[in-house]
Amino acid sequence: MSTPAVLALEDGTVFRGVSVGAKGNTTGEVVFNTAMTGYQEILTDPSYCRQIVTLTYPHIGNTGTTPEDLESGAVFAAGLVIRNLPLLQSNWRSTESLQSFLLRCKVVAIADIDTRKLTRLLREKGAQSGCIMTGENIDQNAAVRAAKKFPGLKGMDLAKAVSTKKVYQWNDGLIWKTAAKPPRPQSRLHVVAYDFGIKRSILRILAEHGCRMTVVPAQTPADQVLAMNPDGIFLSNGPGDPEPCDYAIAAITRFLETDMPIFGICLGHQLLGLASGAKTVKMKFGHHGANHPVVEIDSGRVLISSQNHGFAVDAATLPDNLRPTHHSLFDGSLQGVARTDRPAFSFQGHPEASPGPHDLRLLFEHFMYLMVKRVQANSRGRTPVKQKSAEG
Amino acid sequence: MPKRTDLGSILIIGAGPIVIGQACEFDYSGAQACKALKEEGYRVILVNSNPATIMTDPETADAIYIEPINWRTIARIIEKEQPNALLPTMGGQTALNTALDLVREGILEKFGVEMIGASQRAIDMAEDRELFRRAMADIGLETARARIAHSMEEALAVQSEIGFPTVIRPSFTLGGSGGGIAYNREEFEATVARGLDASPTNEVLLEESVLGWKEYEMEVVRDHDDNCIIVCSIENLDPMGVHTGDSITVAPAQTLTDREFQRLRDASIAVLRKIGVDTGGSNVQFAVNPDDGRVLVIEMNPRVSRSSALASKATGFPIAKIAAKLAVGYTLSELKNEITGGATPASFEPTIDYVVTKIPRFTFEKFPGANTRLSTQMKSVGEAMAIGRTFQESMQKALRSLETGYDGFDEQLTLPLTDEGAEKLSYELRWPGPDRILYVADAFRAGWSLGQVFEATKIDPWFLSQIEDLLREESELAKDGFESLTLARLRALKRKGFSDARIAKLVGRDEPDVRRERRKLGLHPVYKRVDTCAAEFSTSTAYLYSTYEEECEAAPSERRKIMILGGGPNRIGQGIEFDYCCVHAAMALREDGFETIMVNCNPETVSTDYDTSDRLYFEPLTFEDVMEIIEKEKPEGVIVQYGGQTPLKLSRALAAAGAPIIGTTPDSIDVAEDRERFQKLVASLKLKQPANATARTEAAAVSMAKEVGFPLIVRPSYVLGGRAMEVVFNEDDLRQYMSDAVKVSNDSPVLLDRFLDLAIEVDVDAVSDGTDVLIGGIMEHIEQAGVHSGDSSCSLPPNGLSQEVQDELRVQTRKLAKALNVIGLMNIQFAIQSGVIYILEVNPRASRTVPFVSKATGIPLAKVAARVMTGKTLSMQGRTVERIPPYFSVKEAVFPFVKFPEADPILGPEMKSTGEVMGTGNTFGEAYAKAQAASGVVLPTRGLCFISVRDRDKPGATILAQMLIARGFEIAATGGTALVLEEAGVTCRRVNKVREGRPHVVDMIKNDEVALIVNTTEGKQAVRESRSIRREAVARRVTYYTTVAGARATCDALDHLGDIEVNRLQDLHKELTA
Repeated sequence: MSTPAVLALEDGTVFRGVSVGAKGNTTGEVVFNTAMTGYQEILTDPSYCRQIVTLTYPHIGNTGTTPEDLESGAVFAAGLVIRNLPLLQSNWRSTESLQSFLLRCKVVAIADIDTRKLTRLLREKGAQSGCIMTGENIDQNAAVRAAKKFPGLKGMDLAKAVSTKKVYQWNDGLIWKTAAKPPRPQSRLHVVAYDFGIKRSILRILAEHGCRMTVVPAQTPADQVLAMNPDGIFLSNGPGDPEPCDYAIAAITRFLETDMPIFGICLGHQLLGLASGAKTVKMKFGHHGANHPVVEIDSGRVLISSQNHGFAVDAATLPDNLRPTHHSLFDGSLQGVARTDRPAFSFQGHPEASPGPHDLRLLFEHFMYLMVKRVQANSRGRTPVKQKSAEG
Repeated sequence: MPKRTDLGSILIIGAGPIVIGQACEFDYSGAQACKALKEEGYRVILVNSNPATIMTDPETADAIYIEPINWRTIARIIEKEQPNALLPTMGGQTALNTALDLVREGILEKFGVEMIGASQRAIDMAEDRELFRRAMADIGLETARARIAHSMEEALAVQSEIGFPTVIRPSFTLGGSGGGIAYNREEFEATVARGLDASPTNEVLLEESVLGWKEYEMEVVRDHDDNCIIVCSIENLDPMGVHTGDSITVAPAQTLTDREFQRLRDASIAVLRKIGVDTGGSNVQFAVNPDDGRVLVIEMNPRVSRSSALASKATGFPIAKIAAKLAVGYTLSELKNEITGGATPASFEPTIDYVVTKIPRFTFEKFPGANTRLSTQMKSVGEAMAIGRTFQESMQKALRSLETGYDGFDEQLTLPLTDEGAEKLSYELRWPGPDRILYVADAFRAGWSLGQVFEATKIDPWFLSQIEDLLREESELAKDGFESLTLARLRALKRKGFSDARIAKLVGRDEPDVRRERRKLGLHPVYKRVDTCAAEFSTSTAYLYSTYEEECEAAPSERRKIMILGGGPNRIGQGIEFDYCCVHAAMALREDGFETIMVNCNPETVSTDYDTSDRLYFEPLTFEDVMEIIEKEKPEGVIVQYGGQTPLKLSRALAAAGAPIIGTTPDSIDVAEDRERFQKLVASLKLKQPANATARTEAAAVSMAKEVGFPLIVRPSYVLGGRAMEVVFNEDDLRQYMSDAVKVSNDSPVLLDRFLDLAIEVDVDAVSDGTDVLIGGIMEHIEQAGVHSGDSSCSLPPNGLSQEVQDELRVQTRKLAKALNVIGLMNIQFAIQSGVIYILEVNPRASRTVPFVSKATGIPLAKVAARVMTGKTLSMQGRTVERIPPYFSVKEAVFPFVKFPEADPILGPEMKSTGEVMGTGNTFGEAYAKAQAASGVVLPTRGLCFISVRDRDKPGATILAQMLIARGFEIAATGGTALVLEEAGVTCRRVNKVREGRPHVVDMIKNDEVALIVNTTEGKQAVRESRSIRREAVARRVTYYTTVAGARATCDALDHLGDIEVNRLQDLHKELTA
């Protein structure tokens, strides 16, 4: 027989369902994501740290899991809420069922609840603290109490919690090649990526574009990074509130004093904003889906993006040297910025997708362009100096 | 960019009659497009030959032409209307092909008409198999290994490279007409020959078989700024090998990871860009190898399609409306998604939080002998869609939405299986037919493992495991019995989609027992909304489906409301005409201030557009599902007389459960349908009926037949569209019918009617309010009695009835309306034999001819009748006077015989047509000529006419032959007919019947020596013998008639083939009110 489970919210709402993951209790901020595919990517996205994620599509687990689709080395979501776990997975790449994956990764999960009711509730009330409890004879009141006790994510610096503890190199490209010719190792650009909760897809795409990646812990000081002689700095996505990440803001401020190309995604975008003097705000619910249209302001083009954020850069607080590049088509919120005085830009959504559409992958190309431009400029700049010294 | 201001008027081409592969989804898309463009202030000109459409309502477009869809006619319309642009992407393959013709003939250039929405180049690249393959190779996408062939020799050479099985696809045909899969040389040659002939360019594509691969479809919308969105992904449960129109399909795709889904998304967009679909909706189909994920592009349609209608209904995203606006210059970023009340932009890719299942509806029973195995040529005539929170719920709702008598996974075979049964099971799984999904269930019942079922069907194990689980539930429930139905268990069953009826069957009870128990336990469905955004935003649109969950979002209003029950899936005998009536009821009552609630499950229709009514419940039309909605909404009236037999069948049960049915009472309906009660009524009114009887056993039938007299029309009771209806001429035929054709029982007796030979049949449509009766129209059939009224062509006003007879028909109509206390629509079929009027049947409900009559007379009968039902009398509406047009309108039926080459294309009392067209003209001949042209009949103007008729038609045949000779034809005839003709002094060539030795008539047809065929027969043997003539005529596209009357009308038409006059419907209607 299946084990019962409950999901309790801070407002006292209790959903009764069955446990489909590990036994035990978990608390976190309850959020939803409307993407119909990509549950494995979502579970292993570090941005979901301390969040209990509800997936609105009813059948979750249809394709099982595969090591190929991991976005990090672990499950970061605090719990999973779904309508139905199918009886069998079917996909040629699947190596393990979702349930066995959840058990192995010790993820508490609840199924068989009215997830649409939950989603509507979250839409109306905003993100709620919640608690999943599993087992026979669950004390619902205890679950509600546990939910209420969860402090929420405001003011919480989670980036350093999920970040890598040591520096590592990354060179693997995409699972399925998209580029016609593999990049030559000697011509690779060196990108140092700050790991605030980085997704592997980002590393894969950059590697695919011909970058040699060094991934560094969130709190790595700027000078240590500059000493690695990078061609560009990447600021990753990540969980929590950007404001407490003063170490990162300080490092970015330092990079902005140089001609170093900088590309930020999600939390990285917010941090670039803060380092440039803008403010961030906690949104009522945030954006969580794989179908959000954004407009590229310069061209007017509409691109479908993957989104997962609860904080945002406040468009009203942009300093003069930070210009908006993208905005959301349904709430007009700021989606991308670029420095007017530096080769630095960032995007609020997830151009690496996973899950989601690939429309914004072109941002990685822009980053490549900025890095190549700098390399070329520097080599042009150096050449006359060399000649001069040769003459002298 | 905002809309274009350089365009003033836009011509839209509709899809014409309903045929297999092109059904009412194009009325849905065309009507949406017209509405959208009118909204933007353009003058919209529409041409469509199908009168049973909402798009041809005078309000839909500024100028409506119910005219044949061919380039010559449209050229005349263009000349007259001078449109600035042509939008060819809303009317299916018919509109695209016609647009290409117009380009080729230089018409568009001559009149300066710009093609919008798709370019000639894009259409060519998408439709021409070889160009398409090269284009895909250019963008790095794989297609199946394939080559084009233009002849049998070429085809055989290509085949030897590709190997068997080989897929054969003719170019430029709709619904894959003429295509198929060949496993051996014989099949290959037959299919290639048919395909070469079916293709307008005489080419076929021969393709490597990817049978058993997973099949996916992506619905893409693109604007002229190159913004693209995916509206919906669809996964076919039936893998490659079965035409997607004949497959059970599920949205969204179920068995793709994000990585694989995005790969298809990227590929779909790349395909649109490459093909150059500038704006609008397109559909891209993929095959995916289940073993390694290899992806092949199968095809793309650069237009809205059946799948886009499905995707629109599945997601709530109005593809056709958006596509029309993109065609006139808008970009996706400028348009709002109306279902969320503008909270989301049109570029927000829909995401859904439910599972949609579409299931095709087949009518092979109408075409005895037709090959029932599904292949790459579409054979289904309709479809039902169901929405559930899980696949199991959605699938089981879909099965009961089909209205084929199933309550769920009903047993097909009896367990334990006999050897024969086991063989049948294996055959049905491996060679998919119309009920394969039910045999899958039988396989699990019979103990097959999932692996075995997969091996036989290649249906993805994910789907199979879901079905296997349902069967596990079924067998446990059957074991545990009714008493085991606790709240928890019943709730669990309902959550998996089990109907009350199915549960009852499993526990050996009746449906009311389960229903009572469920209600006692307080278990009711809740209603969730379709909102394109998985509840991320709130929506005011009430597009609802039922499920068993916690929260109900129905939020019924306190307004005065009327519920309209729709017609369910299209089938032969019940199609778009009934949807037209339902939509009209919704429009009229909405105008009158009622809240209108539509219940239907057919995704192809206008009625299931979420803004046709105030509220839409996308639900199966079963007693259980409908009654739950009635209890939730508490409408003040429920209309059951508009959706055909489907809601009518429910009316008594609904009324008994307290549903407030308005209009004619279920009891009156029963009087009209119950032979004995009706007979009494007719007798009391002193009217005449053909002699008749009701038999419950074979013996009774034989003895009653002697009293009634042969020939007889025999049929089972309570059927629509004349199912299993036959004319029998002698006792042997009758005995055979009683033993073969129908199962006779006390519950379903067989009806015997004296067949009125050579009688003229007449349809009368009327509206009654209990006091006044408005005669909508009197329609004289062209084919004599014996051909189903749905299959006959007819003329309004009558072409050959005396004033006296017409007046008497009006008198009798009024009498019957009053006696039956009809409130609303009624249809009466009369037969006139030697000046005597007989009543064949009375239907106190909307009939198939209501839209035709409305278009012909300008009186919207369905609207008038809907208002009558809510208490507005005819005099209050000012609608008491019949309008008799000064022009002729002719309705002609359209048949699917070309899709069923094995079946006999003869007309009889059983309905076989899928759709209809209309022609108008100042004379009967002109109107009939246009109707013929619109139905696709090419009238020959000279050549050899072959005549072979049954004895009683011989006098008529002589006159016919003389008429034909006068118009320049030569005559050929078989023995008996030739004798009669020669005696009458008609010169004719004598030709062998098939059994008389060669060369015979079929040889002549094969050699293209015959231009026209008139062949009438009676009696089983004669019909059998002449079948090869008719089949060959269909195969060779020789115009043929199976009635002398039809052929004679054609002679009238031959005089009107020259200059075509095109009539704007609104101008015709002006003549009526002037």
